[in-house]
Order: sequence, then C-alpha cells, then structure tokens
Amino acid sequence: MNLTEFFRNLDRRWIFLLMLLSILIPLLFGLRFPESPSPMVLNVRSAIEELPEGSDVLMAWDFDPASRGELSPMAAAFVRHCAYKKHKLYFLTLWATGGPLIQESIDILNREFPGYEYGRDYVNLGFRPGGEGVIKVVVGDLKKLFANDVDGTSLDELALTRNLKNIRQMDLIVNVSAGYPGTKEWVLYAATPYDLEIVGGTTGVSAPSLYPYIPGQLTGLLAAIKAAAEYEQAVIDLYPALMENDTAQEGLRRMGPQLLAHMLVILLIVAGNVIYFWERRKGVAS
Amino acid sequence: MKRTLPLLIAAVTGFVLIGAHFVPYTQSWGEEAMIWFDILAAIAFILGGANLVRLNLQKISDRRAGWGYAAVTVIAFFLTLVVGMAKMGVHPSAQFPQFAWSGDYVQEGSSFWFIYQYAFYPLGATMFALLACFIASAAFRAFRAKNTEAIILLSTAFIVLVGRTYAGTALTGWMPEALQFDNLTGTIMNVFNLAGNRAITIGIGLGVVSLSLKILLGVDRSYLGTEE
Repeated sequence: MNLTEFFRNLDRRWIFLLMLLSILIPLLFGLRFPESPSPMVLNVRSAIEELPEGSDVLMAWDFDPASRGELSPMAAAFVRHCAYKKHKLYFLTLWATGGPLIQESIDILNREFPGYEYGRDYVNLGFRPGGEGVIKVVVGDLKKLFANDVDGTSLDELALTRNLKNIRQMDLIVNVSAGYPGTKEWVLYAATPYDLEIVGGTTGVSAPSLYPYIPGQLTGLLAAIKAAAEYEQAVIDLYPALMENDTAQEGLRRMGPQLLAHMLVILLIVAGNVIYFWERRKGVAS
Repeated sequence: MKRTLPLLIAAVTGFVLIGAHFVPYTQSWGEEAMIWFDILAAIAFILGGANLVRLNLQKISDRRAGWGYAAVTVIAFFLTLVVGMAKMGVHPSAQFPQFAWSGDYVQEGSSFWFIYQYAFYPLGATMFALLACFIASAAFRAFRAKNTEAIILLSTAFIVLVGRTYAGTALTGWMPEALQFDNLTGTIMNVFNLAGNRAITIGIGLGVVSLSLKILLGVDRSYLGTEE
C-alpha cells in the first residue's frame, strides 16, 4: 500500500482522535491567546455600558444545553457586565429547556454580586411556550402571560415588576440564542416595531443570517465563541477586577481549543486536496 | 365543515392580526389572538408527546429495526414526565411554604434537575460536540478544489477559519490592515455574506407575504392536509 492509498483509506476514527487531541491538549496545558475586541463587540459593550446605572434590561436566554458550550460564556459575560452597571435584570426564555440556564446566570449574581437581591434587582420569569407568539403578547401586556415568576410569586408582589406593564419599558433587550425562536424573532416582533434597542449573542452557524439587521434593527451581535472571548476581554478592560475571576474568562480559555481545531481542519482540507490532485495527476482518480 | 371551519379560523385570525398591526384600536384583538396561539402552543406539547409515544410503541410492538432505542425513548419520556409532573424532590417555595408543590420543577437538587443536569445536559452537549468530528472528517474527504466555485469556497473557508482565531492576527499581522485575516473575515461577513443574506431575506419576505395571502384567502389549502 503506497502513501496516497493509505491516506485515501484512512479510518475516520484517526481523524476523530486528532480532533479530540487538538481540543484536549490546549485545555490541559491552559493554552491562552490575547484577544482584541472587534468594532462589533465594542458596539455591544457600549450598548450596555452607556445605559444609565440601574436601567431595565431584558435578558432573553433562548438556548439549550446543546449550544451551552458556545453560548454560556457570552451569557455569563452579559450578566457580569450588567451587574457591574447595577442594571435591573429580567430573565425569561422561549425555550422549554432554557430554564436551568437562566439559573446558571442567577447563580453568578448570587455568588459574585451579593448586593443583588431577588425581586428588587432581578427576576426570573421562566419559560412560556409559543415562540414569537409570546413576544407579540409581552410587548403589549407582559402580565397576560407572565402573571407569576418561576416560584409562583405574583409579579404584583415583587418591587421590580409591580409597575411593569410590558417589555416596551425595557431600556435594552439582551438576547442569547441558538436558533428559533431567538434573536431574529426578538428583532422582528419587539425591537423593530417598537423601536427598542437590542443586542444579541448567537452560535456561529446562526450569525450570518442576522447580519442584515445590523445596525439599524440590531445594535450589535456576538457571533460564536470568538466574539464571546473578545467581549470578555472588552469587559475586563473596563472592570479589571474580573482578571482575578477565572470563571469570567471561559470564552478566552476556549479559544485555545478553537485555534488548534481550526488549524486541524485546515490541515485536513489541504491534505485531502494534495492527495486528490496527486492521484488525479497519476490518473487514479475518476 | 371539516375543512371550512379551519379555513375560517385561519382567515379570521390572520386578518385580525394584520388589522391589529395597522389599526391601533384593534391592537388588543391581536393580543387576544396571540394568547390563543400561546395556549395552543402549550397544548401542542401534549399532542407532540402523545405522537412520540404512539410512534415508538408501534415500533416496539412491530419489533422493527432499532426497537430497543424506541423502548429507551418511551421509558425516558415517561420517567421524565412523572418526575417533572410530581415535582419529586422539590422543596416548597419561600413564598408558599405551606404548599408542598409550590417550588419550581427544575429547582436545584430536585429529581427533574438531576435528570436535566446529569443526563439531558451531557447528552445534548455530546451531540453538538460530535459535529466537530464530522466536520473534520468531511474536511478531509469532501472539500475538493475541483472548480472555480469550489476554490472560492475553500479560500473563503480558509480565511474565516484562520481569522476566527488568534492565528489570524499572529500570521497576518505584518500585512496591510485591510488584508489581515481577522479584518478580512469581518469584510467577508459584513459585505459578501450580508449582501447574499439580505437578498435571501428579502426574497423570503416576499414569499411569506404571497403565501400568507394565499392561505388567508383560502387559495392554498395544503396546510390542511389531504382529504384521506
């Protein structure tokens, strides 16, 4: 068996093993790279930073555990940034499996921002089914669908939500989404018709379809883990105390495996093409 | 009747929603229609669950290929349903301590939370992570620079793959700013991707308007299924 034949018939499990190693090695050795925020990431940061302290921010977490690896670092960074600005946070999700991911964000508030009090500074509205149908109702009357928080407490009993009529009262919508319903629906049914400001964070595959809405309808977008890492860096630049917090640098940590995995994919494409052209030259390929 | 009633419901609801968007007086009608929609969406979960059980039970009963997986699906479905509905291990909420079931069903430490955290969560993440392996395998076997289009696609992929990591800055930092890969990636996304996606979005928008009108006017009835 010659070399080209060996590569042509290569068992794909070897490729899987290479991929595993390219992810494992940087994680084990703590490989980190510097990130400089792109203009898009700085736009997102400005949208939160330039709000007056204590502004109302809707945190719509529309993702599930499958995309958590890619999206949770940006969700966490959004929460920390908003908490540093002492914004009032209203969490909800349109995904049935999104509830515990909101709890992860609330755990960050409880752990790192002890001054944040439930019902006064933040509230967890939980999940409602209906996708964009929910959005269309809450822009008019939030309490028609969310009469209680996740624990069954009436929103009229919580200081934060007592006078809340609808989400048009929000100063900003922050949406982290892995698909439908997600950023596109929040843009189409809430932000655009009612002139609300919105920033988003999405998976790499969802991002291209959202670019047409920037910047007129969508102020800024964090696309995939690269943008999450840049955003973490952008927030650290403003609040250097976060440098001491390893959990606030998850995106930056994940850029090591991303670099090696991307390099592996490029190498595989090159190797595949070299073999293809080599064989074609020799007249082996059909 | 079987077809006329759904047609009427679709037409009336659709026109109410269109009217609610343009006529402020009718806005509350639109909200009302959307609440019906949200209730129906909740009921769809029951319908979906029943369908899932029916199809999988049929597969088990017929001993079709992979019936073992169907059995796992049915067992997991009922286990999760019972644990969630019964709120096993959920502590009463601080607001209503006298009611045993007042806590959230995904409360930390509850049985449902345990299933979510230690079964659903790793399984979901694993499925998504497997993509990396399949992409790597496909990169080796399928991406061939056979023609001009493929060469353009591969070159773009190369720039974006490198530009989305620190390698973009490290390898091309010496080049003029516009040609550095991280900036080129931005240009690809903000110019070429944007133009293509905007065209597709406008096309889809026009298609949605036309199809919606056909549905509301009863011209297109394919969504009702066949007569059988």
